[in-house]
Amino acid sequence: MSIHLSHQQRRILAYSIPVLAVFAALLFGAIMLVLLGANPFEGYSEMFIGAFGSGNALIATILKATPLLFVGTGIVIAFRANVINIGAEGQMVLGGLFATMAALYLPEMPSFIMVPVILIAGLAGGALWGWIPGALKAYYRVNEILSTIMLNIVAVQLMSYLLRGPLIDPAEIERGTRIPQTERLMESADLPLLFGSDRFHIGPVLAVLVAIATYYLLWRTPLGYRLRAVGLSEHAARYAGIPVRRTIALALTMSGALAGLAGAVLVFGSESHRMVTDGSTMGFTGSAGFNGIVAALLGGLHPIWTIPASFLFGGLIVGGQALQRAVQVPSALIVALNGLVVVFVVAADRYRVRLLSTDGRAQEVEDDGKMPLDEEDSALGAVYDAAPMGTDSYGQDESGDDPP
Amino acid sequence: MSEVFTTAVMVAVVASAIRLAVPLLLAALGETFGQRSGVLNLGVDGIMLLGAFSGYYAVLKTDNVWLGLLAGAIVGLVLGLASAVIAVTLKAEQGISGIGVYLFGLGMSDLLFQKLVGTPIPIDQFPGVDIPILSDIPYIGEMFFQHSLVIYLAFLSIPVATFVINRTTFGMKIRAVGEYPDAADTLGVSVAGVRYATEIIGGTLAGIAGAVLAITLGIFQQNLTNGAGFIAIALVYFGAWRPTGIMLGALLFGFVNALVLELKTLEIIPRDLSNLASMAPAIITILALVFVARRFRAPSALTKPFTRGK
Amino acid sequence: MKSRTITLVVLMAAFALIAAACSSDDSAEGFRIAIVAPSASNDLAFTQSMVDSANRIEGAEVAVTDGTFVVEDAAVALRDYATEGYDLVIGHGSQYGGSLSEIAPDFPETSFAWGTAADTFGLPNVYSYEAASDQGGEVMGIMAAALSQAANVGIVGPIEVGDAKLYVDGFEKGVLEQNPGATVNINYIDSFSDVALASEAAQSLIGAGADVMSGTAQMTVGAVGVASTEGVLWFGTQSNQTSLAPEIVVASQVYHWENMLEDMIAKIKDGTLGGEVYEINFANEGLVIEYNEDYDLPGDVKDLGEAKIDEFKNEG
Repeated sequence: MSIHLSHQQRRILAYSIPVLAVFAALLFGAIMLVLLGANPFEGYSEMFIGAFGSGNALIATILKATPLLFVGTGIVIAFRANVINIGAEGQMVLGGLFATMAALYLPEMPSFIMVPVILIAGLAGGALWGWIPGALKAYYRVNEILSTIMLNIVAVQLMSYLLRGPLIDPAEIERGTRIPQTERLMESADLPLLFGSDRFHIGPVLAVLVAIATYYLLWRTPLGYRLRAVGLSEHAARYAGIPVRRTIALALTMSGALAGLAGAVLVFGSESHRMVTDGSTMGFTGSAGFNGIVAALLGGLHPIWTIPASFLFGGLIVGGQALQRAVQVPSALIVALNGLVVVFVVAADRYRVRLLSTDGRAQEVEDDGKMPLDEEDSALGAVYDAAPMGTDSYGQDESGDDPP
Repeated sequence: MSEVFTTAVMVAVVASAIRLAVPLLLAALGETFGQRSGVLNLGVDGIMLLGAFSGYYAVLKTDNVWLGLLAGAIVGLVLGLASAVIAVTLKAEQGISGIGVYLFGLGMSDLLFQKLVGTPIPIDQFPGVDIPILSDIPYIGEMFFQHSLVIYLAFLSIPVATFVINRTTFGMKIRAVGEYPDAADTLGVSVAGVRYATEIIGGTLAGIAGAVLAITLGIFQQNLTNGAGFIAIALVYFGAWRPTGIMLGALLFGFVNALVLELKTLEIIPRDLSNLASMAPAIITILALVFVARRFRAPSALTKPFTRGK
Repeated sequence: MKSRTITLVVLMAAFALIAAACSSDDSAEGFRIAIVAPSASNDLAFTQSMVDSANRIEGAEVAVTDGTFVVEDAAVALRDYATEGYDLVIGHGSQYGGSLSEIAPDFPETSFAWGTAADTFGLPNVYSYEAASDQGGEVMGIMAAALSQAANVGIVGPIEVGDAKLYVDGFEKGVLEQNPGATVNINYIDSFSDVALASEAAQSLIGAGADVMSGTAQMTVGAVGVASTEGVLWFGTQSNQTSLAPEIVVASQVYHWENMLEDMIAKIKDGTLGGEVYEINFANEGLVIEYNEDYDLPGDVKDLGEAKIDEFKNEG
């Protein structure tokens, strides 16, 4: 870059790049809107109003962002330990199921006991579904991408089995309607509402607290140090006496636990206060298991930056749906538009990183764990550079040829 | 139980497994090329969906299944190129940009379908080809040699891919770039060029996989692949980046699916437990990998963008 | 069956009302309907049946949010349409009920409808509706048994829940009613969206001897294709599926919600915003068997089906 920019100018430019990328994607979307016979200006103003334009819109956006933040924070933990977790969809389902079962089978207790109980149950369900691929990777060298994709399939079938069998609302059998859903779960397990709102529950606050706690965990505790050390170099970590396998299993377990928490919050913070399925994971999670990965990466794989990233991504989803309703274009357009935004933002990330790369001060801050955005390479890339993802470096065959 | 293990039933299950395996196989094979050169593409399912729609639409308009296959291939090629621009030139995070490509394909294929076609209209399917002599062998013939031409072609692509990766200069470059990009670069191999090539191959095969799916089914619908692209990615790991391993994985996954369906038809699996049985393909795929000793590791440059002199 | 009785009373009252209203203002001019539905509005199945029906109502303005399989997103959409002042907001998916019961009380001036279900939650501004898809299933099951030379019928289902289960059970009942010795194989593939698996399920049912088949939900388009290739007869449901395979589709049970919607509109205009359960069935012509004119259905088989339809009409 030949033009000399001051530190401050670089920073501002750097942070405006994701925003510019979103605009570029929306420009593509505008062309599609025109082709579909809709007015893009009207569409986008509806989108903005629908996401941020009123109290209700903000609540909808924050509630949409909540599971993204839980999942995203979990993704940060996993990625920092150099583990890819694309099983958050299934982990959310298990969290929802465990929490639901706790509310169905435990005796009614006061809210201040019930709410923590169902949250812990959700945590446990997600942790279990994260521990399985974690242990399989650590001890049996089963690649976590394979196992998490497969476990998502298992989770959805388990959900269908439970919700149309053991957990079904008895009234559904009586009426013969057989909707695969539980009865309305006990009221004392409802997530407490805040600010006198009829929908705004403690979930978002909890998610922000979890993100902050994760920041402390990763950069202020021995466990966090171990996780990051394994992520940077397994060999070095082993040399330093860190139990690498156990740490890998733990990273996926913790990542899963947070996704499970998101699942519990989805059930007990929902309008219906019950678990219901359409036979797909997406129907329950709203793809938060995938979108949470996007949020985490937009947040530079840093728990604190994942908070605004989740909020903006939640706004994009909620606003997109408002756009669909206002100008009556097929919902499919919104899905495609979401994809474009993700692609553009991620593709532009390189330029943001490059702008910050010659900034000497940024590197120091990163060492403090505060500003992972300012690495020479982008954050994830740095993790990869140190130890390539998916490498099971337990002394396997080095040959690139087919086995004989 | 004796009903299940009659030869006729097993023959049907194997034939069904082969049909279910083919789209997974083609997509996974394409992904293998990319991964061997160090690029992870999580957007396979999106490319498959757009390939499926374009293949479907081309057949709908021309009544020619081969033009449909071509349309799927071209759209896949273009999307492979786009993926390469994103992953290689712009050096984007590969996992995440793939999710973007997936969402784009999911939405766009559905949007185009709604606007250009409307409700599902059936199209011509691939003609069946009975291989002379072989198809007359009892049982074996019905299992393996009474399929449509694309299915034979898909299986023929396995040895071709193995040969290309292991025995050609191009394959050597792919492996070099995936393992030791710096060394390859020093020796004058264009890391970016090789990765562009493998991404384009991968996209094209994913597009073909989608078109094969749509034309085999003779129909298109929203989210036609139903996540097959993600299963294909899982199978690349199952097959440890080797075409033959991937073929075995795809066949295993297809076989367990087909067997479960057959057991449901014969009411050997009670309907209440149906969902539990439907978990079997996923669980068995994981277990198979646990019990088969894994002695392979990922290409060491996988997901790492290459910057010269670093 | 209590709900059926209620429905009956409601419908009789409704017809009386329509008769009364017919003379006066019965147009839906300017009436605004919003539909939130789980699958695509061109799915040739559940969602399309409602979108098509609403669009058939003259003068009504129809807004659609389809593909809303996420229940919480549907809740946001329902709330938004109510806020926008739509006269009738329809949650076209039984999984939306829980949310609707929470939303409706916040909008006492807006009329809501949801289905398929038989529960208005005791709310004065919620209608619910169901389809007696077991009736059509039974009628077509009878015809299927009469057409099956192998006395073997196969059914492809999604997940054994709700409307799908109702239809499949009805179809099986019909087959066995006509031919108690017939084999009925049922294959629930445990997915509403896996077209490839549905097509292999059809292969498997044909392998087990089926020469007449049926299936329900949007993923069965794959199964119809297999039936067509193998020359096996097919009965469709929810929307008219003849276009999928004109040579083998015998008939389809089609959901016609428009009479019900018109009745709701009339009531809403009169100030009754809900509290009633509707059922579409043969008696009120909400269910219609649409025959494929290109298929040469033997007269005696058709008579068997029509006789059953008449039976339902007289009952209901």
